[in-house]
Amino acid sequence: MNIVVENLTKKYGMQKAVDDISFHANTGEILGFLGPNGAGKTTTMKIISCFMVPTSGDVKVNGRSILSNNEDIKKRIGYLPENNPLYYDMPVMEYLAFAGELQGIGKDKLHGKITAMIHTCGLNEEKHKKIGELSKGFRQRVGLAQALIHDPEILILDEPTSGLDPNQITEIRKLIRQIGKEKTVILSTHILPEVEATCDRILIINNGKIVADGTPGTLRKQSHGNEVLQVQIADAGNMDEVISTLQAIETIQMVDPLPGSADTFILQSEPGATSRRAVFNLCVQKKWVLTEMKPVETKLEDIFRELTKD
Amino acid sequence: MKKIWIIAVRELKTFFDSLTAYVLIIAFLGLSGFFTWLFGSDIFLMGQATLQPFFSVAYWTLFFFTPALTMRMLAEENKTGTIELLLTKAVTDWQVILGKFFACLMLICLALALTLPYYISVWALGPIDHGSVWCGYLGLILMSMTYISIGLFTSSVTNNQIVAFLLSLFIGVFFLIIFNVMSSNFTGQIGEIFSYLSLSSHFDSISRGVIDSKDVIFFLSVSIFGLILAELSLSKRNIVD
Repeated sequence: MNIVVENLTKKYGMQKAVDDISFHANTGEILGFLGPNGAGKTTTMKIISCFMVPTSGDVKVNGRSILSNNEDIKKRIGYLPENNPLYYDMPVMEYLAFAGELQGIGKDKLHGKITAMIHTCGLNEEKHKKIGELSKGFRQRVGLAQALIHDPEILILDEPTSGLDPNQITEIRKLIRQIGKEKTVILSTHILPEVEATCDRILIINNGKIVADGTPGTLRKQSHGNEVLQVQIADAGNMDEVISTLQAIETIQMVDPLPGSADTFILQSEPGATSRRAVFNLCVQKKWVLTEMKPVETKLEDIFRELTKD
Repeated sequence: MKKIWIIAVRELKTFFDSLTAYVLIIAFLGLSGFFTWLFGSDIFLMGQATLQPFFSVAYWTLFFFTPALTMRMLAEENKTGTIELLLTKAVTDWQVILGKFFACLMLICLALALTLPYYISVWALGPIDHGSVWCGYLGLILMSMTYISIGLFTSSVTNNQIVAFLLSLFIGVFFLIIFNVMSSNFTGQIGEIFSYLSLSSHFDSISRGVIDSKDVIFFLSVSIFGLILAELSLSKRNIVD
């Protein structure tokens, strides 16, 4: 199932929470929503999951608008809201049965689905407890289980790993990856490594607008076209001489000594050019010992900061 | 219809899981039993085989108990955010409202059903007017429906249960007393309007055994109006402004 979001706008009073955004998500794709707090991630997800209608614009699921096919589309969506609200006074099994029944699972299949979900989400030992008695990690699993119980084709997860310990995070990510193979998954987070670990595509939202859209790889390329190298040269003698000699290489734009180090330099090449070969040749020629040369990758954190600063 | 039933059953289970149901039923039976049999203008004082004392007590106790049932309904869902989870399932706003409405109604009907031994006891004591007893029960059920829908509405406008409770008492007291007082203060058309809006006049005639379509329509229309308001307030998240 593919989701197409067209010119979506949502205003709360005078404030535009989501401002004319358009994007699409395809089957088998895990789309990561990234953005600072209050960027409009949750609002967008609330609209896609049919909780509220947009001020203008539309969301089409398999070509059908959420405005007109509301109930039918809801059946195909599994939604885990922010902060994972649950009925704390209900036992896990009963709650899953309730969620399943509401999503239209027949009585005959219900028990099998619940058992399968409890197995998938690792809830076997907690299944008879009340949800309020569970730890946060297990509640999160219940939230995930209720979103998945009717085997939805679209999964919308608002910060699915918040409040989990590192082991649980790894498990949940694995689960999402596994699910994401056949379904359309949209997840939001502000944990950057999470996006890299789970998502096929990233959307960065800031102030209600999409500021970047692409795979982690393409985003890196877009934000820093220049090759950046970290080079360590031993036994070179005078540092200033090294810098000026390196600067003389045609493809190098800028040379900076690495702060706090006497023999390491950061080299920035001209756009589109590579200087690795030239640096190596220069060292050979000058009989400098090249002890380290590595490309510096732009971190997702840097891209994120660059795109979302005001 | 099935979705309404699923929601109603869940709410009803929650009443029993959280002891609300037991506390309510015990308090209701205790209070109404005390005033019907032991204290004040009870059955023995009246010396007639009639359930009228019970109906006038239940008339007051339900006024307080129904908001206590309904205050949680939507206010808590608003507060904890579970409303979002519920409404993103394949249900409509109306199914949610009606499910909750019927859950409350079923619990009150259960509480009323448990007072049937009063009826049987009085029946054993003397000749009883069966018609007026059943009409009295019908009147109580209709009145509860009115209170429930008012309660659902007040519960939908806030996420604080106490506010919901007090607000529904406040609205309820208009129907219970204030309109009645107004109707005696005004004459002519205005007086008639207030008299029609007053709950007590409609309840009195039903509990005396007279089912007038005018009274039934009154209770049903106030209930439906309350439910519509509740639905509107629930769907205000969709208002495009």
